Amino acid sequence: MSDTTMTWASVAPAIGEIFLCFAICAVLMIDVFAGEKRRGLTPTLTLVALAITAGLLVGVGQVTGRLVLFNGLYVADPVGFVLKLAALLFVAIALMYSRSYMSQRGTARGEYYVLALTALLGIFVLASANSLLTVYIGVELLALSVYAMVAFDRDNGVAAEAAMKYFVLGAIASGMLLYGMSILYGITGTLGLDQLAVRLGTTHGAGAILGLTFVVVAVAFKLGAVPFHMWIPDVYEGAPTNVTLFIATAPKIAYFALALRLLTHGLIGTEHEWSQMLAALAILTVILGNCVAIAQSNLKRMLAYSAISNVGFILLGFVTGTQAGYGAALFYTLAYVLATLGTFGVMLLLTQKGFEADRLDDYKGLYSRDPLLALVMMALMFSTAGVPPFLGFWAKLSIFQQLWVTGHMWLVIIAAVVSVIGAFYYLRIVRLMYMDEPGAGRPLPEWQPGVRLAVAVNGVAALVLGVMPGPLLSLCSRLLN
Amino acid sequence: MHGFGLLSVLIWLPILAGVVVLGLGERSIALGRWLALLAALATFVISIFAYTGFDTHTASLQFVEKLSWIPSMNAYYGIGLDGISLPLVLLTTFMTIPVIIAGWTVIEQRPAQYYAAFLIMEGLMVGVFSATDALLFYFFWEAMLIPMFLIIGIWGGPRRVYATIKFFLYTFLGSVLMLAALIYMYVKGHDYAIAALQALPLTLNEQRWIFLAFLLAFAVKVPMWPVHTWLPDAHVEAPTGGSVILAAIMLKMGGYGFLRFSLPVTPDASRELVMLIVAMSLIAVVYIGFVALVQQDMKKLIAYSSIAHMGFVTLGTFGIYAVLASTGSLGGAVLGVDGAIVQMVSHGLVSGALFLCVGVLYDRMHSREIASYGGVVNVMPYFAALMVFFGMANSGLPGTSGFVGEFMVIIASFKASFWYAFLAATTLVLGAAYTLWMIKRVIYGPVTNTHVAQLTDLNGRESLVLGVLAVAVLLLGVYPAPLLNIMEVSVQHLVQQAVHSKLPL
Repeated sequence: MSDTTMTWASVAPAIGEIFLCFAICAVLMIDVFAGEKRRGLTPTLTLVALAITAGLLVGVGQVTGRLVLFNGLYVADPVGFVLKLAALLFVAIALMYSRSYMSQRGTARGEYYVLALTALLGIFVLASANSLLTVYIGVELLALSVYAMVAFDRDNGVAAEAAMKYFVLGAIASGMLLYGMSILYGITGTLGLDQLAVRLGTTHGAGAILGLTFVVVAVAFKLGAVPFHMWIPDVYEGAPTNVTLFIATAPKIAYFALALRLLTHGLIGTEHEWSQMLAALAILTVILGNCVAIAQSNLKRMLAYSAISNVGFILLGFVTGTQAGYGAALFYTLAYVLATLGTFGVMLLLTQKGFEADRLDDYKGLYSRDPLLALVMMALMFSTAGVPPFLGFWAKLSIFQQLWVTGHMWLVIIAAVVSVIGAFYYLRIVRLMYMDEPGAGRPLPEWQPGVRLAVAVNGVAALVLGVMPGPLLSLCSRLLN
Repeated sequence: MHGFGLLSVLIWLPILAGVVVLGLGERSIALGRWLALLAALATFVISIFAYTGFDTHTASLQFVEKLSWIPSMNAYYGIGLDGISLPLVLLTTFMTIPVIIAGWTVIEQRPAQYYAAFLIMEGLMVGVFSATDALLFYFFWEAMLIPMFLIIGIWGGPRRVYATIKFFLYTFLGSVLMLAALIYMYVKGHDYAIAALQALPLTLNEQRWIFLAFLLAFAVKVPMWPVHTWLPDAHVEAPTGGSVILAAIMLKMGGYGFLRFSLPVTPDASRELVMLIVAMSLIAVVYIGFVALVQQDMKKLIAYSSIAHMGFVTLGTFGIYAVLASTGSLGGAVLGVDGAIVQMVSHGLVSGALFLCVGVLYDRMHSREIASYGGVVNVMPYFAALMVFFGMANSGLPGTSGFVGEFMVIIASFKASFWYAFLAATTLVLGAAYTLWMIKRVIYGPVTNTHVAQLTDLNGRESLVLGVLAVAVLLLGVYPAPLLNIMEVSVQHLVQQAVHSKLPL
């Protein structure tokens, strides 16, 4: 365990979190004093803060090995570092994509950016958690920020309902997590994940399994695995689209970290048990997510079920119980989030005040209205469906490969067949955009050159990383070895 | 040779040109069109160099390039040609040209995307035929679905959306199980190189499962009875160019897959399950031949005829085990595989040409129904001559390329069993019946209606396309030796591999 005196070396790896705390306070204060006239200041300031955080992380906070700090509460390692950088990038892109959506609707208030930053802080804390307590703080910091973001447009009844559902179900999940943690604490007498792993060992009684079960349920809840997925479609649909974009992207990184830290580190002794639990959850999730998505007529709801099915694939990576499998899950998470960002980016670009572009029919004949957005959307749909030459193919391939390595033949076959079923609803979007006649009464999207460029880059990234997936795949497998 | 070479140019030049045409957009379509044609011609010319530079005395891969691609999966960007893939690459680069010319003035809706899709597809198809790494093969194999999905879905007929989604999902389902089999072998041998998979020792039980997974992927693509039902829909709805590429090249990928994967990777399972394939092939030849007979729609008729003709390819390919079992000599087996490949090339030319003929009629009348026509010869004599010629080739008239492949396969199956040959030879009757009956109803007889009376004969562009194809069909029919020369050594090597058991004695 690390020493108790605080030195620069023992704080430097946490520079990201420390700076974010300051930035949150600063942005909040500046927003209050800047007043109505300088509305544009906060978003810019937030992006600057994110850029500085990234700079500090890379310049000061980089670690080469595993470093345990703050009395074992906090761990700095390369995986956490990459997860944080990815979260930073994804949050920054998400905020950029949603800027004009919010100003069109008058919801571009400073608090939104502050909440986004606190959510990001929660992700950071989770990514570096090395104690049950830190895990819980991270989970709550993220969740509470996001509940508030969903309810941000206070005059919107649907959003308020979604926020309420999210809050109630999320609170139950947190309760489960806390209960599971308390059982584990009762058995082992420690909160630290390192100690927990040692004390649980490989032989453990029914109590540990009980605690584990609650933890797995909480993880499944947060990720949205069947049968704990019910909140996802309602929240995705009910939340304002910019918030849906936020929920659908960066938090997935956090919950990947949650599973990684808790299951594959602290509870590694019970790997045999949780891997079986996750296998059942994952296979139900991929089947239900893909099949129900077919029946949706609302794009946000369809993407919600798509998210559910993709979470199933991420869990399949954990089912393997090997480092290479977790690496595949990490790769999958990154590939999925990248595609989802772009998908919602296109959606946000198409919206207008009073036109949410969230029904599938709104995408009819998109090609003739806006060829660029249609092309990007097509690339991202094929990527999510897992068709080469796009990134999503490699994500599915590496999961399948790791499942084969660990002898889960039936999971591979079921997941492969289900992904064919899933291809259908992604194809339907392409078909609507390219093969159907445009309907009347759909406004032309607003011309936002910067965001358009970003969305285009997002689509190109899915292609380029798909043609040359080598570096990213190597990175993910190296991080977890 | 290691590095970027001739074969890479064949893959990436059309893809790059496609991207440029797409980027130019619909507004500068005149430029885009010429660029597309230029790229297709240039690719073909470069592929001629591959032909002239090809050493026919060796079965080993030529024009090999190997670059590190995905180190963590031990996958390489590995490409190369042997005597089996070269003819198919040439067919691909050749057939893209008529497709581009055929769409010249006909495609009015989003022409830039149309050309771009075909160019990109050309590159991907060359990639399929030249990949020496199974992961790269799969990459190209699947990626190709996207442009084809769009081609059928955007420029197709009234039920295009149904047809294209059916096409995509059918082939996608077939290929994911092939992927599962590939990963299984990778996990076993830690290598995705096709040569390594061919050398990988597998038990009979493993081979059976892998064989079935491959069978699903390739049988859907070929297509074999009973997984052929997507093809008539896709063909009927696809635009002319799409039908040509589908029939001429995409179907060949299934046949190529059998030769490249099924036979050498799972020889014992192939030997064991040979009756299954032979039965499926003979059903395709006989039953589908009868189905073709009753079609009312010209494209559907040609589509069913394609299924019957591809039955010969699978019969020739898997017939080797039957031949070997009954005669014990490799000579007949080699003949069967030779016949299968000649049949693939010939069918590529002939069916492509027939779809182009239907396209010529469709552009003028906007009908594919046989009943809408009659007496076309009176108003379009040149066209009639060419269509009759291609019809003859389709029914296997000696002197045309259609005869060579079918004849070789029938001879080979004679060596296996009289009954195989007897059933296969029914195609000579059935093929002639359905093709010539269609020709009779469309081309001959009195002019049936005023629309037909107003038809105009081929213009220069159409004559050029069909004329060149007719020359190719005739050349291959009269003098197939150059093609057979290219294949000879590689096919012998393949047959050796296919009969060499992987099981410990």
